[in-house]
Formats: sequence, structure tokens, C-alpha cells
Amino acid sequence: MSVLLSIETLNAHHGQLPAVRSVSLQVHQGDILALVGANGAGKTTLLRTLAGAHRASSGIVRWEGVDITRMPAQERVAEGLALVPEGRRLFASMTVRENLLVARAAGRRGQWSFDTVLDAFPQLAPKLNARAGELSGGQQQAVAIGRALMTNPRVLLLDEVSLGLSPLAVQGVYEALRGVVGQGTTLVLVEQDLQRVQAVASRIVCMLEGSVVADAPADQLTRAQITAFYFGAQRPEPAPGSHATGSADGEAANNANHANLAHKEAA
Amino acid sequence: MNLLNQILQGILLGGYYALLACGLSFMFGVMRIINLAHGSLTVVAAYLLWVLAEPMGWHPLLALLAVVPAMALLGWLLHKLVLERSARLGALVPLLATFGLASVIDNVLFQHFGADTRSLATSIGTLAYDSWELPGGLYVGQLPTLVLVLAVLLLGGLHAMLAHTALGRQIRAASEDADTARLVGVRTGTVFAAASAITMVTVTLAGASLALRATFDPFSGPQQLIFAFEAVIIGGAGSLWGTLLGGVVLGVAQNLGAQVHPQGFLIAGHATFLVILLARLYASGALRRFFSSRRRAVP
Repeated sequence: MSVLLSIETLNAHHGQLPAVRSVSLQVHQGDILALVGANGAGKTTLLRTLAGAHRASSGIVRWEGVDITRMPAQERVAEGLALVPEGRRLFASMTVRENLLVARAAGRRGQWSFDTVLDAFPQLAPKLNARAGELSGGQQQAVAIGRALMTNPRVLLLDEVSLGLSPLAVQGVYEALRGVVGQGTTLVLVEQDLQRVQAVASRIVCMLEGSVVADAPADQLTRAQITAFYFGAQRPEPAPGSHATGSADGEAANNANHANLAHKEAA
Repeated sequence: MNLLNQILQGILLGGYYALLACGLSFMFGVMRIINLAHGSLTVVAAYLLWVLAEPMGWHPLLALLAVVPAMALLGWLLHKLVLERSARLGALVPLLATFGLASVIDNVLFQHFGADTRSLATSIGTLAYDSWELPGGLYVGQLPTLVLVLAVLLLGGLHAMLAHTALGRQIRAASEDADTARLVGVRTGTVFAAASAITMVTVTLAGASLALRATFDPFSGPQQLIFAFEAVIIGGAGSLWGTLLGGVVLGVAQNLGAQVHPQGFLIAGHATFLVILLARLYASGALRRFFSSRRRAVP
């Protein structure tokens, strides 16, 4: 499948502190790519850098081969790259309807419209005139995803969509996302729930201290391996053909050679 | 009856203050920028209208049709060249930048037009002083009534634009959270520039009202800014309908003050502003925080 998003040795900082270190990866059309890692691993910064909300210190982000590293966030939206930010970041004083419509005016034209978003999130229909700040967490998350869909993204970046939601609400959100994928939208999601990640993702990228330490098809990674990479307990040698760069001085992971694991130095 | 008449005249005067203040309130509500050049820009609009209407002989209404787009363009440029750049450097820099701009405008106007006072009252015939008689011997001036109606229509129009149009939604979204607005595709720079252009349209209407109902000179701007600022604070910063209420309260206070003493016109307005400002600070807890922090600071 064609490469939509290509990241080459990307670095990003918070002040003087490096948050993303020499990350290289590719997002293919139709991927459901899950970024996992402990708090502070750089997942959110990576997602925000891809969306244009955070400035890259160095490296290149390509969109269908075109360098968009310095492209403003609003222009990336017009290209088809949308972010559902951590914490939803709704326009709290505006109604649900207005939150959705504000994105329609600014985004691309495509299959997602006000009506199709309401079809995907039917729980929003009776709340259209309610202020977004007054909704429950699950409803707010639905608005946040619906708002991003109104821009008709080709790649949807989702940051911790299950954070702070009840299990039932999380289930509802992921059911809706299944429908989004069915419409041909590529997903890149940050998720802490590893069980859910394994259930939904086609590819898993594990980050540790700003670097990618594993990048493999989801069905080639066991829960134990993901957990080990998550905490930096396993340091596999890079498999032949790995995209990632960096030294390989860690210990080899058990059974990890079957996965296309990329290793990078954590620090 | 005299008291009722003064209140009525105060309400009509408040219409002008509301018209004057709505641009200041709109810009603060949308961009959190206090434009200290607001009064001077109002005087610029008045001079542009005067130039077209007096030396060039245009009808004031025709002149207004020409000046409105010119001032809107000026507002766009003002945002792109001054406000956007200065706002990036913190909240204080736009204050300093617009203060400097006001000073430049006032002195350029003085250099070009001299210190003579001007007015367009003579260009509109008897409308400048005609009035309607109400039952009970009350009179309302036709021009002040038109200005009040214009203020209500303008504030209502701004409110409707913000609530029901795509631009209005984008302005509100960008005002609430500019970073997130960009993440849903809103071009915040363009949206804020459009808001500045809209502000200048309101400034032009205020300038026309000033030129038609009173006299102005190159240094009228600071006085207009003070009236606008007081109306905005009395009505609640950023609230459009509050601005109308603030203008009316200020106008009534000034007219009643003038009944007490010839100097009471300005003093009563300023006193009302101060009382309401202190009441707002007290209600928000800011006064208590200020005094408690001072007590802690004393060894």
C-alpha cells in the first residue's frame, strides 16, 4: 500500500529537553498504527509534531512524498491530516453543532459531512444544541472525533481517546472508529490500553524516552514483548530491513526476531 | 419632567458611546487586545469622511460608502502589520504598539489638518438639529435617535454574525483556543485579520456619528478612547450587549451629572466608571487578593 506519511530522523524538544529523538517511521494507507509507551515516551509530542501543533527541531515529515515539516497545522488539515488532541480540547462555550460546523468550513470536501458524522455518533444527535463543555466524557470524545472527521482526513491522529472514559464509553468510541476505518481512513493512535491496542491495531510502534524501540505488525508481537519494550526491559537487535536507525547494543529479545523490530538507543 | 428628559437624552447619548465602544469590545472579546489607538482611528474615519464631504463635496452617505471599505482594509493591514506581530511578544506589547500608533496618528492629523475643529453637521441639513416631540413635552433628536438605532442594529448584527455564520464560528473558535482552532483547519491569522477589518467598520460608523453630531480635531482621539473604554468596562469587557448597556449607563450618568454642576458631565461619567470598576474587582475577589498580598508583603 502507498506511503501516506513518512517521518525521517525526526527530533522535537520541549525547551531544552528532547522529547522525540531521531524517529523514523512510515504510515501506509489503511494502517491502524498504534503508538505505545510509558508516560513521557514522546508519543503525544510525536503526534503533535505530525499535526503541526509542535515544531520539529530537525528531521523531515513527508506527506505523499512532499516535505511538510514546516507546513502550518491548518494547511496540513487541508491536506487531510487531522489530530484529535489529548484531553479533547473542545470549544467548550460553543454547542456541539458549532464544534462540528467550525471544522466543516475549514476542512476538505469528502465523504464525511454533518449527517454522516451524526450517523457514526448517534449519541450526539439529541445533544446538538448543548454546550460542548457540559457533555459527559464519552460524548465529548465523540464530538472531538466527529469534529476531526468533519475535515475529511485521510490520516486521523488520535491521542489517548480512551483517557478518563468509562469502559462502556471507550467501547463506544472504538466501535465508531471501526466505522471510520471502514470508510478508508488511516489511523495513528496513542493508546495506553495494550489489550485494546492488540485488538484494533494493524501495526504497533513502541516508544521509549523519545525513541522508537519496536515497530512491527500487531500480530507478530506478544503482550509480553510489548510490555517489555514499554518499560525498556528488552533491547532487540534490529531485524534485516528495519526502517529504524541507531546502535544495537541491547540484549536480543526472546522470539523478537520474528517481528520486524527496530531498536534504538533509549538515551 | 426635567429629570426624565435628561435620562432620555442620556440614553440617546449612550447610543453613540455604544457605537463607539463596540469595536473596542469586539476586538478585546475576540483577540484579547486592548486597542489604545481605537479613539484615534475613529477620528481618522471622521477626517476621511470630512475630506470627501467638505472639500470634495460628496454627500456624507456616499462618502461613508467609500470610507467603510477603506477602513476595513486599514483594519486588515493593522492586524497583519502591528497587532499580529506584537501579540506574539506578550500581552503588554500590543498595548504599547497601539499607544504608539495613536500618538503617530494624532500628530500626523495635526500636521496635515492643523488644530482647527471640524464637523459634518452642516452637510446634513436640518437632520443635525431636528427633533421629534413626545407626549409630556419631551424631545428626542432625530440624529441621536438614528445613532442609537444604528448602534442597536450594529451590535445585533455582530451578535448574529458571531452566532450564525461560518466566519463567526471560526472567530469564536479562534478566540477560545487558537491552537485547537488551527488543528481543525481554521486559518487563525486570516480570521483575526477579518475581525480587525470588521472592527474598523464599526470604528468608521462611530467616526461618522462623531463627525455628524459634534466637532472633532486631531487630538479628539484620546477622549473618545476614554469614553469607549468606560462604556466597555461598565458593560463588561467583551460583551456586545453589555457594551450597549455600558454606553447607556455612561450617557445617563454624564447627563445627570451635568444637571448638578457644569463640570459634572465628565466627573459623573468617570465616577460611575470607577464605582462599577471597583464593584467588579470586589465581586471577582481581585481587590481582596490585592490587599491580602500587600499585607503579606509588609514585614
